This record gives sequence, structure tokens and C-alpha cells, in this order.
Amino acid sequence: MLKILGAAFGAALIAGAATMAHAAGSISGAGATFPQPVYAKWAETYKAQTGTSLNYQAIGSGGGIKQIEASTVDFGASDKPLKPDDLAANGLAMFPTVVGGVVPVMNLPGIKPGQLKMTGANLADIYRGAIKKWNDPLLVAANPGVALPNLPITVVHRSDGSGTTFLFTTYLSMKAQHWATEVGANDSVSWPVGLGGKGNDGVAAFVKQTPGSIGYVEYAYAKQNAMTYALMQNKNGKFVSPDAKNFAAAAANAKWASAPGFYLLLLDQPGAEAWPITGATFILVHTKQTDAAKGKEVLSFFDWCYKNGDGAADQLDYVPLPPAVKDLIRKSWTKVVGPDGKPVYK
Amino acid sequence: MSAGKLVRRRVGDLAFKAFCWVVTALALVALAAILWSLLAQGFGGLNLEVFTKSTPAPGSPGGLANAIAGSIMMCVLAMVMAVTIGVLAGTWLAEYGGRSKYGAVVRFLNDVLLSAPSILVGLFVYEILVFPFHGFSGFAGSVALALLAVPVITRTTEDVLLLQASTLREAGVALGAPLSYVIRLILWRSARAGLLTGALLAFARISGETAPLLFTALNNQFFSLDLRHPTANLPVVIFNFALSAYDDWRKLAWAGALLIAATVLAVTIVARIVAQEQKRS
Amino acid sequence: MSDAALPAPGPKAGAPARRSAPRGALVGQVFEGLCFAAATTLLLSLGGIIGSLLIGGWPALKRFGFGFLFSATWNPVTDVYGAAGPIVGTLVTAALALAIALPVAGGVAFFLTELCPAPLRRPIGTAVELLAGIPSIVYGMWGLFVFAPLFAKYIQLPLMAAAKPGSLLETLTTGIPNGSGILPASIILAIMILPFMAATLRELLLTVPPAVRESAYGLGATTAEVVMSVTLPYVRAGAIGAVMLGLGRALGETMAVTFIIGNSHSFPKSLFDSGSTIASTIANEFTEATSPVHTAALIALGLVLFLITFTVLGIARLMLRRQGARL
Repeated sequence: MLKILGAAFGAALIAGAATMAHAAGSISGAGATFPQPVYAKWAETYKAQTGTSLNYQAIGSGGGIKQIEASTVDFGASDKPLKPDDLAANGLAMFPTVVGGVVPVMNLPGIKPGQLKMTGANLADIYRGAIKKWNDPLLVAANPGVALPNLPITVVHRSDGSGTTFLFTTYLSMKAQHWATEVGANDSVSWPVGLGGKGNDGVAAFVKQTPGSIGYVEYAYAKQNAMTYALMQNKNGKFVSPDAKNFAAAAANAKWASAPGFYLLLLDQPGAEAWPITGATFILVHTKQTDAAKGKEVLSFFDWCYKNGDGAADQLDYVPLPPAVKDLIRKSWTKVVGPDGKPVYK
Repeated sequence: MSAGKLVRRRVGDLAFKAFCWVVTALALVALAAILWSLLAQGFGGLNLEVFTKSTPAPGSPGGLANAIAGSIMMCVLAMVMAVTIGVLAGTWLAEYGGRSKYGAVVRFLNDVLLSAPSILVGLFVYEILVFPFHGFSGFAGSVALALLAVPVITRTTEDVLLLQASTLREAGVALGAPLSYVIRLILWRSARAGLLTGALLAFARISGETAPLLFTALNNQFFSLDLRHPTANLPVVIFNFALSAYDDWRKLAWAGALLIAATVLAVTIVARIVAQEQKRS
Repeated sequence: MSDAALPAPGPKAGAPARRSAPRGALVGQVFEGLCFAAATTLLLSLGGIIGSLLIGGWPALKRFGFGFLFSATWNPVTDVYGAAGPIVGTLVTAALALAIALPVAGGVAFFLTELCPAPLRRPIGTAVELLAGIPSIVYGMWGLFVFAPLFAKYIQLPLMAAAKPGSLLETLTTGIPNGSGILPASIILAIMILPFMAATLRELLLTVPPAVRESAYGLGATTAEVVMSVTLPYVRAGAIGAVMLGLGRALGETMAVTFIIGNSHSFPKSLFDSGSTIASTIANEFTEATSPVHTAALIALGLVLFLITFTVLGIARLMLRRQGARL
């Protein structure tokens, strides 16, 4: 028995050693779940073209921040941007990659997608539990001519921490003072009412299965599940529908140049067509790279993505950044230096 | 006995029998329902590509080859570590120190480890093998899985060794053999089937675990046999893909879940066959 | 077994042994040493796990003190955490799951040993064990997409309609009728721990000597009476142990529960209300938690879960010891 075990151990060790040839050019990243599909697509194409494997794993924005701080990965990704002070304290540089939108979805028998008009204040009151029924006077006033049913509102939110929640709650805090003081904004909050679904999928499932319910999901889920969405009132006062061109409108009007460290929330941006609950997702890298070659590989990858990745992003329902912003980002990469103090990129 | 009492006893008996039939039927219905969902969703996604191509981005063709390879590698390594420690520890409990206070403590703590939530084991291995070395690795994942498998093997080893007839030990001792020889050459050999069952049960347990791998092996989009870096594995792939918005990813997730369930079923059947053989011989 | 020709068992090697050859003696001691080392490794790993939980959770424990166990506030925005909601949810779901699974497992075990026609015995037994092999995420997904709507339609809505205002049934069944909540989650959990308990109970029932059962039948007892008065008391000790281990599994299960429990951190007010368990809270929030206090609070939750499991198993041990069973 011992002989067999010993042999198995030895074989395992030898097999392990034999396969430990270090993969040519491999980068690892971890973080936000929101951009995972598009990063996976870009990585796949990048590997086919250059041979470098970029392994990105979605463990959550918090996880991405923790892991890049611990240097267990080459870059981190977060839906929640870090403030310039936090970046400086941890020696990190940040830049955005793609933009997406958060969409309120509902299950209302008889109401078609895009028929309902919603304001930020009403949405906050619904999620606070202040508006309890669909035919509440506030909702009726915002929707003249729409037959709102006499159903109680079932509020669905996220049970797990998420950048989507961060965007949603920050928007509600901006639009309703009550919300800001009572609940606040974070990727995970103490929800006054409602039940929590796991992931965008869990929220979508609950909403689909519960008449009279309302939830919030990433745009891709609303589209793929053909859910009933509401038109939101934007800063200009217009009611806009959630789709890629309106997310792009929000991103186009944003003042990236005056945002230090690219800390910018694309919520409630000005513009006739701008969708009010939009957000970018960000990459975090160390400003002082211990391995200059590795740092260069990471930035080269994202440079490639900016140049070649727009088509893939569109296909997967993400919104690429405007070209001007991409140039700004490239300029900011001079901050990332190697052990010798020289910028790793170009 | 009065007629009334007889009737009551008969009725009670009938009620009991009916209860047993009904709950068994319920259990089988639940199983059938879950298996039906698994098969309906997963079977359509099973094809040759699942075994030959690696996990794709949404919209691209692909399969689960890297996840299958990674899971096999990590499970095998975990089992080697777990069997080594588990059999030796179970042997110690059965033959050497089991009756002492220390033995009682070890046995109790083994049961605690057996019931430990797998996510906590994953966090522990993260603290000792991922954070200090600045990198996720398949090796850390194997250690986490091994920690989950060891208590199962320890318990079954001890139970099976204690079931061996003491005449076996006495015969060995009477022939002048030292205890270690008696254990290795006689007891282990005669308990072979039970030990194998324990190992197979442990394998069934760890093959579907997600949470510990999330913080240790992470996952890998590409095919890699290098356990020193993030390693693809089926449970995490299923976890990621099943809750996504893309149909092809969800299909792969269900196919992967079906694969795991089929593997565990095969392993359970093999374990039963082996146990029957042992009982017969 | 303690024979003068053998090294004395136990960590404190006592009487010197008279062995055949010095080389055999060394092998014997090395082997015993290895076995002891393995057992100690087990101890050390558990100690390591508890240690890392203590260290990781200390900031939260220091900040909130004992109040951590009793406060129901869980607010990541203000960084105030209290474990009461998840603790109650964990205990309630585990208890409900056990209450559902135990009779069913017992029924299945008795069915397989007393009532089942012989050719069906092996297939049905294997089928029940197959439930154990299904990955827990499948339970979660099946629970959310298949079970929840059916539960809502055929159980929740009728019950809620039948409950008169002010009655106990009404208090127990208030909630959103969409198939999520404490009770549906407990049912899914019960299905998960069922196969383990059924298999163990069945093994135990098979250890009852046929003579004991047959003599009871010979006296004219019905099947129910044989089971209740003869077989069950015979295996009671082992059955309690099996139940406790099933309970341990129920306390720590994550995936199956988190999909349909509704995940609200306050106390559940009815069977259909949302709740949360410790394991599902950790799984949901750990990867996203950024503030050190949030992370520490989650690890402290893990420590609490460990202590609960510890206590449950300790009680089981005590009960077994009273029965005089082998520990």
C-alpha cells in the first residue's frame, strides 16, 4: 500500500514538474463581473493574434481591488472607481475601458417595454418603500394615459455586492435626499425593503416570476431576457430609453479631461439623449511595476483593445469610449514606471 | 386482545407503510425533477467540442477542455494528498492512539472539519498559500480540496479498520510480526474495499466544490497544465457561466454540471460494486 | 491487542518491546510516527483554520464586541455590522431542513429495509444516493427557476388565500408569493441533506441482528411496531450521530440556499419572508467587500458559524456518550 502511494506521489511530482514549463507571455487580471464577457472576448482574439494569454477572472470589484493591492494579479478591475487619494495611498493608476448602463426592469401585466416613464425621485421612493403600489398618485401623475394596475410593488435588489448596485444607489442618492441620508450608496447597502436576487440573473428571474415587481439589471440582461423596461428622465428633462446609443451619449458628454485619475461617475450626465444611469468600468495597475516587461504587456493589451476592440464590445452590448478619451488614457500611462523609473509603455 | 386495539394496530401499521411509500416516492420525484432539468438543459450542450476546446468568450465556439483537465489534475493531486494523510490518520485512530484523550480530541475535530463550510477552508488556504506567494495557483486549489477530503477518508478508514476481525490482528501478532507490518500487510489489505469506498466518497465530495476554488485556483480562460498559476476548473466555470446573460455560456454551464453529476454517479456505482465484491469474498 | 510482542499503543510508548529484529523496530516506530504525524496534521489544519478566522475577524469583534452577535443591523455604507439576522436564518433553515429531511430519510431507510421488493432495492438505493452527487449550484438554479414558481403557484398562493386575517396561519404565511423565502430554501436544503441521512440510517438499520427483528415479528408485532419499538431504539445512538452530521452539512451549505432565500439581513417574520444565512452572506459579499471592517465582519461571521457547528457536534458527542456508544 505504501509502495503504491509512494509511486503515485512520485509520479504526480514528476508529472507536475514536467508540465511546469512557463507559458510564453501570460497576464492575469481579476475583478469586476460587469466587463467579464468583453474582456474574455478581447483576450481570446488577442491570444490568437499575438500568442499572449490574458486570463481575466470575475471575482467582484472588491476582490479586484484587494488582489491588485496584494499583487496576486497583474491588473485589477473595478466597476466602482477609486478616489485619487485611495489611488495614491496604494500606488495605483486607474483608467476606464468600456461603458455600460443599468436598466430598471419590471413585471407589469399589460404594460409594454418603454411605456412607463420613471423619474429618479420616484424610483428612490419605490426602493425606500414610500411608494407601495403601482397606481400611487406620484406614478400616475408621471404617466398620464397609462393604465397602472392596483398591484403592490415588490422591490427586487441584489443580494451580492456589485458595481451595478453601486451605480444604482449612487444615482438614487443624487436624485433623492431621503435616500442619501437613509441608505446611502455602496456596492452593498442595507435595503429598506425588498428581496435580494443573486447576480443580475437572480434579479431578472425574480422580476420575471413576480407580477408587480421591479428590479435593476445590467443592460445585457434586460436585452437578452426581453424584459419590460422604463424610460428614465435625464438631466435635460427628457425621458430616454436604455440602449447603446444613449449610453454612448452619456459618455460622450462627460468631462474626462478634468477628472483627476479618471474618477468620474457617468450618472445623470447632461445631453438630450443621455441615459442617466450609466457607468464606466475601470482598470487598476501599480504605478511602480516590479517587472517592467509585465507592465508593458498589460498596457499593450489595453492599447490593442482600444484600437481593435470596439466591434466586439458593440456586439456584446457594451459601449466603447470616445477616441478622445482613449488618447487621454494613453497619455496617462506615462505614470506607470518600471523599477528603473522609466515609463513601461512606449 | 380487544378487536378495537387490533384494528388500531393494523391501521397504524398501514399508515406507517403508506408514509414510507409516499416519502420514498417524493424523494424519487424530486430526484427525477432535478435530473430532468439537468439532462434537458445539459444534454443539448454536450458534444465532442466540449472535450476538445477551451472555454470561449461569448459568441465564439468552444468547450470545457481546459476546465475538465484542470479539475482532473487538481482532484487527483488533492486525492493523493488526502489519501496519504487520511489513511495514516485513520490508522492511527484505529490502531494506535484512538482510545486516548488525544485520540478523542482528534476524532472530534475530524468531525468538525468534516462539517466545515467549504468557503472557510478556501479562505484559510488563501491566507497561507495565495497571499504570501502573490499568486493564485492550482496547487493551492488542490490543498483546499485535500483539506475537505481528508476528514471523510479518516473517518471511513477508522470505521473500516475497526470492523476488521481482531482474529486477523491476533494471528499476525502470534506469528511474531510487528504491529506496523500487521497493519500494512494484513489489515489494509483486508480492508481494501472499504478504504477504496472512502476514497471514492471523498472524491465525489470534492468534485463539485466551488467556493474553495474561487479563492485559491481562481480559474483560467485558457488551456494550461501549470499548477503554479491560476487553473481552470469545472465548478467555477459553471458558476460564472450559469448566471451570465449569454445562451452559449449557459449551455456550457449546464453541460458541465451534467458532466460532474455523471462522474459522481459513475464513482458511486463503482464504489458500491467494489463494496459488494468485498462482502462476498 | 496489547501484546508484549508489540510496541505499546498510544502516543506515550510505554513498556519497551521485545521485537524480533532492530530493523523491524525502526520501521514500526517510523510508521507509528507517520500515523501520529498525520493525525496531528489534521489537528493543526483545523487549528489553522480557526486561527485564521480569529485573526481575520478580530477587527470586527473588537469594534462591535458581544453586541455583534445580537445586533440585526447590517449596513455596509455606515460600516455597522451585526450577525443576529444571519445567525437566526442559519439556525431556522437548518432546523426546518432537518425537520423535513429526518422523517423523509427515516421513511426511505425503512422502506428500503422493510418494505421494498428485493429487485428494486439496489436501484432505488442508488437513486437516492445520486441526489448527493448533484453539484449544489444545480440545486440552487433548479430551486430558483423550477421549484420557486411551482411552490408559489401550488403552495404559497393557496395557503395565503386560505389564511384568515389574524390567525396563526396568516402570520406564518405573510410574504411575497414568488417562491422565495425561508421555507422554500429549507425545502431545497432538506433535499440536499436527505441522501446522506437516508444512506446512513439505512446502513444502521442493516446492523440490527435479524434475530432481534424476527423475534419481534414472531411475537405478532406489525411492521410499524417492530420499527418503532425494536429497531429504532436499537440504532438510536448512531441515528443521532447521523442526524447531527446531516445538520452540520445543512448549516454550512451555501449555493443551494443563496438563490432563493431572498437575502435580507433582518429577522424573518414568517415562513415565506426573506432571510439570510451565514454561509450565503459570506459567499455573497466577501469578494466585493472593500472596507476592512466589512471583510473582518464577514470573517467573524465565519467564526460564528464554526462555533455553531462545534457546539452542535459537541452536543451530539455528549448524547452519544450517554448512550454508551463507541465514540
